[in-house]
Amino acid sequence: MQPSSRDDFIIAIRSAFLKKENKQKYSLSALILLTLAILILGKYDFKIINYSKISLKEIAYRSTFVFSTPENLIKKSFIATKNHFLVYEENKILREKVKDLETKDYNSEFILAENERLKETLNELNFSSNEILAKVIVDKQSPFLKSIIVNKGSKHGAELGMAVLDKEYLVGKIVELNFTTSRVLLLSDLNSKIPVDILPNGIQSILSGTGKENGKIQYVKEETLIENENKVFTSGAGGIFKPGIPIGEIDKKQSNLDINVSFFSDFSQLRFVKLRSFSPEEN
Amino acid sequence: MTKLSKLNIFKQFLEKGPIILLFIATLNEFDFNYLELKYFSFNFPFILIYYWSLKRPGSLGYGLIFLSGLFNDAVVGLPIGVSSLSYLFICGFSSYLRNITLRPSKINDWFFFGFTILVVNSLMFAISNVFFNVQIIYSDVLVNILFTFLFYIIFSSLFEYYKNLVFGASNV
Repeated sequence: MQPSSRDDFIIAIRSAFLKKENKQKYSLSALILLTLAILILGKYDFKIINYSKISLKEIAYRSTFVFSTPENLIKKSFIATKNHFLVYEENKILREKVKDLETKDYNSEFILAENERLKETLNELNFSSNEILAKVIVDKQSPFLKSIIVNKGSKHGAELGMAVLDKEYLVGKIVELNFTTSRVLLLSDLNSKIPVDILPNGIQSILSGTGKENGKIQYVKEETLIENENKVFTSGAGGIFKPGIPIGEIDKKQSNLDINVSFFSDFSQLRFVKLRSFSPEEN
Repeated sequence: MTKLSKLNIFKQFLEKGPIILLFIATLNEFDFNYLELKYFSFNFPFILIYYWSLKRPGSLGYGLIFLSGLFNDAVVGLPIGVSSLSYLFICGFSSYLRNITLRPSKINDWFFFGFTILVVNSLMFAISNVFFNVQIIYSDVLVNILFTFLFYIIFSSLFEYYKNLVFGASNV
């Protein structure tokens, strides 16, 4: 009896997945089953899988850091050379900015003192903060997850949900905690949603990531009140972050209908960040 | 004698070239898959795994491919196992093509690669989106698939050259 084309197909599939003469140590089908098991058990937070994941991530992050060293050196030298050529022009602009900031500083000192006094009068909450300095060890961006890996984990006192700042600007929060490393979800990620306050009009809204370099303002009624270059701060709603951490400014120049936010911090240039947790303390 | 053993080590290193390249591609921060260009990116590991599984399966062990997938997921931030599964499926597809092919043709391999990455990407993003709620920009994914398909022919020629150089032309 001649084999049918269906039989040929089955034989081809079987030999493709279980062929031994290719000197393959592991069978393809066994590895596919193992991967499916990892995916399913990982989805349901199976303990052994979670511990294995943490160990794997520790190894992967450290290896990536080592593997990326030559590339990062080239990148750094390129940026340094580029900055060197721009230093004269930049100096002129910075001088102007310093003058401007000095004036603003006097005003903000007065406003801060006034704010403290008013808070005391209202008996409002103050926040104490706990800060850890961390180095960015992996900065591999992907369209699915805008994140960075930092070299501080549970061993150093880092916690899930901690605010991550570049200077004093908010850049994201910790979403994955390992023993000596953590993953920070950047504000630009599609899954990032932060309650914000848009000043000077004090409009409450939600800042969402776009998966690109910017963010966008969502769920806001008073769109007309939001103007270009309005400043965006955390509102403190939901108790995730303390209110008043600067994030970015409104950028209405782009042609689409979204209200875009350009972040104060350049997420592609993060080298060191501060992990900060805030806890309210009553007056 | 020393010269001979040095040559031998160098040859062994060249023979491990594809797997070393795969690990560099998955562990390095620089990734063709996530270039910061709006309409350009391609999946280099897909091309590498498909070509070498098809033409010289012994060069990449399934176990190492599985491991590189796990590393890729850890670094990129995808659910652990998604990339491994897609890499292993690519191996499965290429292995199937190798078994049914009597007379190899570059064009056949190329179009079968297109079909393979369409199926594998659909599977990968379906799992990420449905089971792990990973949000995906579909236009970026489509651009990625298109360029991965187009670049296969370029990289397959480069790999062919490397294969002939290291393993010899007849060793298929």
